[in-house]
Amino acid sequence: MSYTFQFGVLAQYQDQILSGIWLTIKISVLSIILGCAAGIVLASVRSIWGGAVRLLVDAYVEIIRNTPFLVQLFIVYFGLPGLGLRVGADTAALIGMTINLAAYSTEIIRAGTEAIHKSQIEAGEALGFTRFQIYRHVIIVPAIAKVYPALCSQFVLMMLASSICSAISTQELAASAAFIESQTYRSFEIYIAVTLIYLALALALRAVLALIGIWLFGRRIARKTMTALPEVQA
Amino acid sequence: MPEVIVENVHKSFGALEVLKGVSLSVERGEVFALIGRSGSGKSTLLRCMNGLEKINSGRIEIAGHALGEDAKALRKLRTDVGIVFQSYNLFPHLTVGENIMLAPRIVKDVAKAKAREVTREVLQLVGLSEKFESYPDQLSGGQQQRVAIARSLAMRPKVMLFDEVTSALDPELTEEVLMVMEQLARDGMTMILVTHEMGFARRVATQTIFMHKGKIWEHGPSAALFANPQTPELHQFVKSDVK
Amino acid sequence: MTLKTFGLDQFGFLLYSLQWTILLTVIALIGGGLLGFAVALARTSQLKPVRIAAASYIQIIQGIPVLMILFLSYYGLSLAGFELPPLIAAGASMTIYASGYLAEIWQGCIQAVPKQQWEASESLAMTRLQQYRYVVLPQAMRISLPPTVGFAVQVVKNTSITSIIGFVELARAGQPINNATFQPFRVFLAVAALYFVVCYPLSQLSRLLERRLHAGSNR
Ligand SMILES: Nc1ncnc2c1ncn2[C@@H]1O[C@H](COP(=O)(O)OP(=O)(O)OP(=O)(O)O)[C@@H](O)[C@H]1O
Ligand SMILES: [Mg+2]
Repeated sequence: MSYTFQFGVLAQYQDQILSGIWLTIKISVLSIILGCAAGIVLASVRSIWGGAVRLLVDAYVEIIRNTPFLVQLFIVYFGLPGLGLRVGADTAALIGMTINLAAYSTEIIRAGTEAIHKSQIEAGEALGFTRFQIYRHVIIVPAIAKVYPALCSQFVLMMLASSICSAISTQELAASAAFIESQTYRSFEIYIAVTLIYLALALALRAVLALIGIWLFGRRIARKTMTALPEVQA
Repeated sequence: MPEVIVENVHKSFGALEVLKGVSLSVERGEVFALIGRSGSGKSTLLRCMNGLEKINSGRIEIAGHALGEDAKALRKLRTDVGIVFQSYNLFPHLTVGENIMLAPRIVKDVAKAKAREVTREVLQLVGLSEKFESYPDQLSGGQQQRVAIARSLAMRPKVMLFDEVTSALDPELTEEVLMVMEQLARDGMTMILVTHEMGFARRVATQTIFMHKGKIWEHGPSAALFANPQTPELHQFVKSDVK
Repeated sequence: MTLKTFGLDQFGFLLYSLQWTILLTVIALIGGGLLGFAVALARTSQLKPVRIAAASYIQIIQGIPVLMILFLSYYGLSLAGFELPPLIAAGASMTIYASGYLAEIWQGCIQAVPKQQWEASESLAMTRLQQYRYVVLPQAMRISLPPTVGFAVQVVKNTSITSIIGFVELARAGQPINNATFQPFRVFLAVAALYFVVCYPLSQLSRLLERRLHAGSNR
């Protein structure tokens, strides 16, 4: 084997890599915030309103969870313009990721609310809470605390899956790698380096989420966040 | 030669010393009862005897096997030493018959027909002949525990260890399990049993050992030991049991 | 070239390429299953270095994008001097990806078997191998069925990523059709629908098995 590794070339493309990292972080953080918020809202309305709303939310969740993220991206990026909505690659990535993560968040939070005991709800009623207050204080907040580690795993998976957005020419980290590869043909070095960057990003994201967990729910939950491995995949 | 020799055994879990120099010897056909407060080290001593816990120092010899590091020798020892736990620990995915036949078949290479025959025999001994095809979760606690005893007996052990085997059972169910154990004792099995059933210990055990703080605090023929405790600790223990 | 519309012929082509998606899924589940099983066993080994190595493997696979596994297999294998059809690279990467997740799922199932089952079988003089074979794995297998079927759904979906290195499975098949018809919305909706038809029943099956497991006895 005559191939010699030359990681040195990568230094020339530092800016390229940094801008890729930056976009990866940006779309990941934004989609996590938006997707999680949407998940809370959807899980809530589904449970409070019931009926047709519940069916609609469930259908949305099932459709998203049973189709590939890549195809969802294609529909947003290539499909929406056909309907008169032109979106850029970055926006399409953000929309696709948010739609995807919202569905998973809804499902995870729903599972959490179903694990809340009836007696706690009755206790809330006995204290004279309104329906909305009960839902907020007795159901949704404890539910989120309970599933926080699972949610975090899903967030990390979404960050990793953002690499798929390179397929619709979003210039995030994986796209930077592809670009540098096309310039230098040092494919193996580049992909190893970028893989390590993703690994570092995943660890960093986990650590940040654990800190947020401590701040929101206390230590016990946060510890699980660091160790819990994902159950589902985008 | 004694069937069980325990000599100056020490055992610690981390910084906690649970056995602080325990020695005892059991002759063939004898029944020893181990009594004592919770945490005094009874289970630990029993579990050391079949190598479920590793001892820090001392010597254990049981059914002619010296307890040591070698895995193969340890398995050899275990074929001669049965143990029954408080929580039965039957294999839930196997029928009663399969539970009992499994170890003789795969460990001792007993032929299938022979294994079935042994299984029938031990099931009859514990009074559960009709449960051959049942699954553990179809049985009561007392029945499960009797199956667990039968499962151990099918290995033809020379020594049987029992760790509070009736503690999880209602009084009526306790009785049916104790009857099986008493029968075993009459048949000459060498037995060491941890128990909270003082009446049973007094009646069936030839010797009783009172453990306290990781040591053998008092030891003697059961009748004398219960009738005439020598230490305030045993006195207290026997008295609190009567209440 | 005349502009075609998305019709039956095109749909037929999608349906045809679905078989590659399924083949790739099967390869990933078998290959990843074997590798993942070995890692799961290593994860529950009595030797600490083996356990740590297995844990690191799982953490790394789960900490990097599937796309990177794909690129590294693709370029790594060709670097080693193999001139490869994309199916091999795709199959290899999906196998590695699946192994990292299956190992973790199955490790959990093995550890869910109560410690007392190990002790009881050990006391009956079984070897460690016999304990796995006759006592622990049969019980772990029962618990593992629902999450394994659930994970199969993730594999089906993630095979779509192999289209990025040019492997023509279902997601890739949509692209030439889109180029010919300029009806991306329809085309990719049809692609999504086909994935859904495969994934949804699997998801439901996983749920059904899960419910049966919780309702049922220990057998
Ligand atoms: N695996 C272990 N790791 C750490 N400590 C242990 C372990 N097993 C037992 N211990 C400790 O050793 C001490 C003795 O335990 P052991 O189970 O032998 O007591 P026991 O006399 O059987 O009590 P009980 O009547 O409650 O069963 C206890 O303080 C217990 O907490
Ligand atoms: Mg005990």
